[in-house]
Amino acid sequence: MKVIKIDKTEWTGGIDKSRAKYLLFGPVKDKDVQNNERYIFKQLSADQFPDMEASDTVLSPKGTVFPQTEKMLQVSLDPSVPDHHIMKRVDTDYSPRAVIGIRPFDAKALTLVNLNFDTKDYRDPYWCDAYQATTFVGLAVNKPSQFDFSTSMGSSPFGEEGLDVLLVDNGSEFLAKVITDKGQSFLDAAGFNKSADESSAQKIEELKAAAEKAVAAKVGTDNLTKRTILELHEAPFWNDIAFAYINCGTCTFVCPTCWCFDIQDETKGKSSTRFRNWDSCMFPLFTLHGSGHNPRGEKVQRVRQRFMHKLKYFLDKYDKGTMCVGCGRCVQSCPVNIDIREVCNIMNNYEPKK
Amino acid sequence: MDSLTKKIREIASNILKEGKVEMVIGFTQGTIPMTSKPYMARTPEQTENFIWDRHCTLNLANYITGRKEKIGIIAKGCDSRNIVNHIVENKISRDQLYIIGVPCTGMADKHNPDELRDNCATCTHRNPVIFDIMAAEPVEEQKLDDPFADVKAIEAMDKDAKWGHFQDLLSNCVRCYACRNACPLCYCPTCFVDESAPQWVGKGQNKTDIQTFHFLRAFHCAGRCTDCGACEAACPMDIHVRAFTRKLNKDALDLFGWEAGLDMTKRPPLDTFNPDDPNDFIK
Repeated sequence: MKVIKIDKTEWTGGIDKSRAKYLLFGPVKDKDVQNNERYIFKQLSADQFPDMEASDTVLSPKGTVFPQTEKMLQVSLDPSVPDHHIMKRVDTDYSPRAVIGIRPFDAKALTLVNLNFDTKDYRDPYWCDAYQATTFVGLAVNKPSQFDFSTSMGSSPFGEEGLDVLLVDNGSEFLAKVITDKGQSFLDAAGFNKSADESSAQKIEELKAAAEKAVAAKVGTDNLTKRTILELHEAPFWNDIAFAYINCGTCTFVCPTCWCFDIQDETKGKSSTRFRNWDSCMFPLFTLHGSGHNPRGEKVQRVRQRFMHKLKYFLDKYDKGTMCVGCGRCVQSCPVNIDIREVCNIMNNYEPKK
Repeated sequence: MDSLTKKIREIASNILKEGKVEMVIGFTQGTIPMTSKPYMARTPEQTENFIWDRHCTLNLANYITGRKEKIGIIAKGCDSRNIVNHIVENKISRDQLYIIGVPCTGMADKHNPDELRDNCATCTHRNPVIFDIMAAEPVEEQKLDDPFADVKAIEAMDKDAKWGHFQDLLSNCVRCYACRNACPLCYCPTCFVDESAPQWVGKGQNKTDIQTFHFLRAFHCAGRCTDCGACEAACPMDIHVRAFTRKLNKDALDLFGWEAGLDMTKRPPLDTFNPDDPNDFIK
């Protein structure tokens, strides 16, 4: 595999050069809230650079291709306008963009979301157009955080799935592993073209082994496919898991694989817009029927749904592993410490009574 | 083991054994360092899982709303004041509760654990105001020269600076509603932001809708908030949502001489009429 060497002194120059062909997204320092240094993924302004030293962002970068609020259709309600009352797709800019500094587990997460939005039968145009326009320039995680359990969930601090380029921080330089043609095009646009010497592949392997070893948390998933849906659904542990739960949407909003959304229409004057917002299966409103009936009216049902979807239904449906990549964001942000690592182990170790 | 933790376990175990309660609600150790997790023990053995430390930041009154059982609950000062609120607002009856009071010396800031969190630094009700048994001797209450210096600083801003300040405060809200759901006051069966027929508030990442949520929620808490800090403990985005409720707490104190959750026999000021009301329009 081709490896390009990028001296860090050439980094900002190359990033600036790439702006001619790409809209750039990356992690930047957020405003200083409550004395806590924090980072967010956002579209970079012309003078902003992705912060390659950033700690993990609270929100995943899924918003770069799947914004929390996204306009879909627009319509005029003015009868004097030709095409009034006919919904039309909003003219969104899908010119090439690059997400720089995305973590390998997040890039893998987006491939899982893609399974849902780009299927044989249905193609979600908003997701697909944005996802396909994006080049993912990942940054390998040399020092995994205490929340990282990616190696248990089919990803890795150096995972390549879903990435076009994998950058590896090697002191004074980045070693850029070229994974796809899209990745090559980005490096060309940035003018990064010095081949790394032969020892670089070895160096990457060493850093990778060290990083994977540093992922402390281990979670078992081996038995999840063996248990039936009903065995897990009817298992006795859900009430205990759900006790602390407070019905908030934190886990689903920080999660890189949660894709559920809610569609809303808003009208102002003679103009109306249809848009979608991230939704959360943790909210009671998520499943509330028009009749007033709520099939998931109890909190234990909602907690069970989230974990069953991620760790069982998805697994059975797609045979692509769990719908969790082990980024650890929900573990870090859950206000009541509901820890998916613990829940996954409970589910995995569960032996139904015969 | 910490002596307070030991005492809490002992009392909890005893009241379960004696059949005084069916369950005890407290905190257990979290799965990551410096965290706790709300926990319910139904057997004396399970009380061994209780802990007490400087990271028990949530408010356990949130977990008794509308419950029918006889409940033991571990309560620091602020939890006890929210239990009083709950009793006054008929969310639970006093007879259902066996309150294990824990004198509190303040909880740790979530990002600077060596420091007290903000609301604990200005707390003047560290000892439970209502209890059936105390797990330790009361601690000395803090004497503060000016508990509302932060609110006064915002009050002193001109109109534009104030508005800018509030806009900035809420600029990164993601509407996960963790603040609302961690709050023991927010027990409405359907919150106004969740009403769909009619829909009062837009659902998108629209700043007017986000601000509407926060402002209205704060007003719903006026005269009821105990400044327990559960909202901020829960917020994944570190938003200082107490900036709003603290202003209303200050107003409640200035206008009505009222601090929430101290007296089971009194209704909160916005819930009742008083001939001495400071506003003319009501006379």
